[in-house]
Amino acid sequence: MEKKQYERPIIKSLNQGLMNKFGSRTEYTPMTHIDGCAVKDLLEEYGSPLFVMSERKIRDNYRNTKRIFETRYPKVQFAWSYKTNYLNAVCNVFHQEGSWGEVVSRFEYEKALNNGVPGNKILFNGPDKTDDDLRAAIKNDSPIHIDHLDELYRLTEIATELNVNPRVAIRVNMDTGIYPMWDRFGFNYENGQAWDAVNKIMANGKLKLVGLHCHIGTFMLAPNAYGIAATKMADLAKSIKNRYNKMVSYIDMGGGFASKNTLKGSYGLGADSVPEISQYAEAICSALLNAGFDNDELPYLYLETGRALIDDAGFLLGSVISNKRLSDGRRATILDFGVNIMFTSFWYDHKISPAQEFGQHTEDSVLYGPLCMNIDVIRENVTLPPLKAGDQVVVHTVGAYNITQSMQFIALRPAVVMIDMKGEPHVIKTKEVLETLEKGEVLPDYLSKFSL
Amino acid sequence: MKVRKNVAISDSGFLFNPSSGDSYSVNPIGQEIIQMLQEEKSELEILDYILKEYMIDKNTVEKDLYDFLNMLKNYKLTE
Repeated sequence: MEKKQYERPIIKSLNQGLMNKFGSRTEYTPMTHIDGCAVKDLLEEYGSPLFVMSERKIRDNYRNTKRIFETRYPKVQFAWSYKTNYLNAVCNVFHQEGSWGEVVSRFEYEKALNNGVPGNKILFNGPDKTDDDLRAAIKNDSPIHIDHLDELYRLTEIATELNVNPRVAIRVNMDTGIYPMWDRFGFNYENGQAWDAVNKIMANGKLKLVGLHCHIGTFMLAPNAYGIAATKMADLAKSIKNRYNKMVSYIDMGGGFASKNTLKGSYGLGADSVPEISQYAEAICSALLNAGFDNDELPYLYLETGRALIDDAGFLLGSVISNKRLSDGRRATILDFGVNIMFTSFWYDHKISPAQEFGQHTEDSVLYGPLCMNIDVIRENVTLPPLKAGDQVVVHTVGAYNITQSMQFIALRPAVVMIDMKGEPHVIKTKEVLETLEKGEVLPDYLSKFSL
Repeated sequence: MKVRKNVAISDSGFLFNPSSGDSYSVNPIGQEIIQMLQEEKSELEILDYILKEYMIDKNTVEKDLYDFLNMLKNYKLTE
């Protein structure tokens, strides 16, 4: 006789209290396949844990977002935010779709150039650009987004020295009705700093002001804030036109659109409560179209959307190492991936699904990572079927920032696989080994020997 | 270990303790274990039964059974 499938015995106390009026749904439906590839096979082939990127999802997200904006505004250009996920394969999917590059550091800039993005289609943001960075950007005709006055002065000096007129934009921060206000990047709109910076650029004649840039925040849940920002940016553009009879060629609204993740402390699930891209698009495009620009002078709308385009295209697959009972009776499950590769677990309650079928019974559990460190908590409380050692799980919506912010603290970083449009997996980053970690380390001779 | 005789358990795994008024939900294998405990089967007998009926190794069953029995004790369902 064939034996039955085993499931750990569980008993769960039923609490008779007030109903949860928010009634969030459970999220433990098994996910056995990603784009046609079995989770089990992927983990067997490439090891556990494993990051998986869905090329199909990236392209769908991009095309959908592009369509939403282009049906509302005639001149739209996306620039892929490298810091969100700068694996070359990921960047090139965006570039194949027509996205430019947006970088905030020299190495990102080099990556974009190496990927084949023409210099004049790489937007150079960020507060830290060295003289050498500025010279490289000038040489390649990349739009330089000026963050502070020191940069403006330095860039003017370099432009004078090289006798060129680099294309620049100023970064503008402003009150958009949200708290806290993001005022650390660029020049403030309300107190006149931004206008002052514009006047300095126009007066010295060395820099060619081609655009205005803002980045009003991250994971923005209020689309209306973008409407306010776009209105203020348009006003600034019109003031420049009125005063200097020169129209900027683009208004860059930066990034910050939320993904479908659930922020810690939220009542609802992110998938239900986060605004749709169309709401952001409506706010921005309406503000720009209603600003009163002449038709032949309508500026381009640049967008540096990162998170909202990539987050749900990334999955982290992993395995259960063990489960145990905590002193207060709570169940704890230990997984083979930790906060070193899932930095976003500090601010999201990530959706986690089992990767195999289970019965209908579930239990509440804390999910810990494998690191020998108390803060290594993946979920403080999650309802899952009774997982046992060796069972596999899928973490959803990890495509943004986790790979770029991951570190080799205690555990090395796993491989990253991209599943192509035909459902074929490709390794796009190999699993790290000790040599990866020690590359660049130098051991002085006198420390090379010891006896114990 | 014995489960209180007056603890009632339905076919769907709904368990009621009339002494405290508390109710619980138990999965099918948990139900089997409680029934065996009510029939005064020993822990060893229960372990052998699970190994015979289910696809699982002894170490896992031992660990899970120990944990489950502890939970019954904590919920004051045993006597």
